[in-house]
Amino acid sequence: MNELVITRHNHLIDPTLHIWGWEIPVYLFLGGLVGGMMLISGYFILTGRTKNTLCSCFRIPLIGIVAISIGMLALFLDLEHKLYVWNLYLNFKWQSPMSWGAWILLIIYPILFVTLLIRIPENVAEKFPALGRLSEKIRSNAFLVKLIGSLSMVFGGLLGAYTAILLSGFSARPAWNSPMLWTLFLTSGLSSAAALVHLIGKDPEERHLLAKADNGFLIAELIIILLMIIGFVSSSQVHIDAAKLILSGPYAASFWIFVVLSGIVIPLIIQMFSVNNKIVHTNVAPILVMLGGLILRFIVVYAGQFSHWPRNVFTVF
Amino acid sequence: MARYAMVIDTTKCVGCMDCVVACKTENNVPEGFNRDWITYETIGKFPNLHMEIRSERCNHCDNPPCVYTCPTGASHISDIGGIVLVDYDKCIGCKACIAACPYDARFIHPDGYATKCTFCEHRVVQGLDPACVATCPTHCMYFGDLEDPNSEVSKLLQSRKYRVLNPESGTKPQVYYLI
Repeated sequence: MNELVITRHNHLIDPTLHIWGWEIPVYLFLGGLVGGMMLISGYFILTGRTKNTLCSCFRIPLIGIVAISIGMLALFLDLEHKLYVWNLYLNFKWQSPMSWGAWILLIIYPILFVTLLIRIPENVAEKFPALGRLSEKIRSNAFLVKLIGSLSMVFGGLLGAYTAILLSGFSARPAWNSPMLWTLFLTSGLSSAAALVHLIGKDPEERHLLAKADNGFLIAELIIILLMIIGFVSSSQVHIDAAKLILSGPYAASFWIFVVLSGIVIPLIIQMFSVNNKIVHTNVAPILVMLGGLILRFIVVYAGQFSHWPRNVFTVF
Repeated sequence: MARYAMVIDTTKCVGCMDCVVACKTENNVPEGFNRDWITYETIGKFPNLHMEIRSERCNHCDNPPCVYTCPTGASHISDIGGIVLVDYDKCIGCKACIAACPYDARFIHPDGYATKCTFCEHRVVQGLDPACVATCPTHCMYFGDLEDPNSEVSKLLQSRKYRVLNPESGTKPQVYYLI
């Protein structure tokens, strides 16, 4: 027997940690999504797809700005001392992933704005001729376009990875404390981004390419999930207990049904048929992929808070 | 530089909660929250049971993950004997420090900032013991400077068996439990 009674019941802490509600998973999902979108847009720019006026890389930045702004609003809503938020930008703490994130988010905006300027819609260029001229100048400078594409890819990757490093840095929460988590979030972000661009894309060839790429991301996600679970169950007892949360514990049903089955396996099967021209491309698979990505963030954030180091520390007699 | 630490004799603690009440009174801890608390742990198989009662709080770790994870520098190691403190005017209430603490020793004050045990730093600078130590009716709590080999805490740790909470987390806690 090992019984522990604690005379403490602090709000948000006991009986298990529940400091982060819906805001953080939503923010992490949108951060990953925008990171993935920037990677895709950067890739399109670097591979010369800007010549195609239908290229999604011209629409991604605007959607990205809106999505990351909603994410930052969710993050702001989660803060308990909101009026002091400006303290984030008074210093840079290199050991704090949250500090890295705050600065990365700040850099993301100008990159998205500049990417937006590569080709602005004709009606906007007519209304604001100066913007139109600037856009044309940027477009005609191949080096500048490549630089924007490269920055978009680098900071998109950083944003996508940071959303997980933020969690995996907390060694006190074993379910988050996996070196694989950043690869999972980055791949999931890429997968959700490919799904969204597939939804909004106007060029059939591009949509086909993204569906193909998404299949690759989804397969990679399955492999990473498997490796993560192997990593947990072959580690210390606290990590084995963390793995049990999604293997047989309170988050198992939602994880396997909504993340693995309907968020990865089913859309993967649908998209495999569609890329092989057996069925037509529909919106079902991309929507399922994005929902799966969102639910993954909810489960990871909640399970991490549920997991903890053993509180029964009575070891020496 | 001094290194303040707390030593708690688990063989003398009776779990009377005077330390908890003293802390709440001294530090105006809001209703429903605790900066320190009592843990009762029973281990073994009947009839060979062993019970330990201990007073717990922030461990003022030498390797504090709460300080490292804080994005604004609000959580910091103070010059006063390495005590881990929170600058409330810098805290944005992001709760990263709470997630980082393996002891769940922190909480969000109703005013929005993260807070926790301060070793009663305001008393310590006046040469007084923290309120919990000063109040303990069984005198099971000791406070002092580990850098001073003649301090009571140093002598106790030299002469008695002790342990710390969750040593495997690598935080180097500075609250020691005599066993």
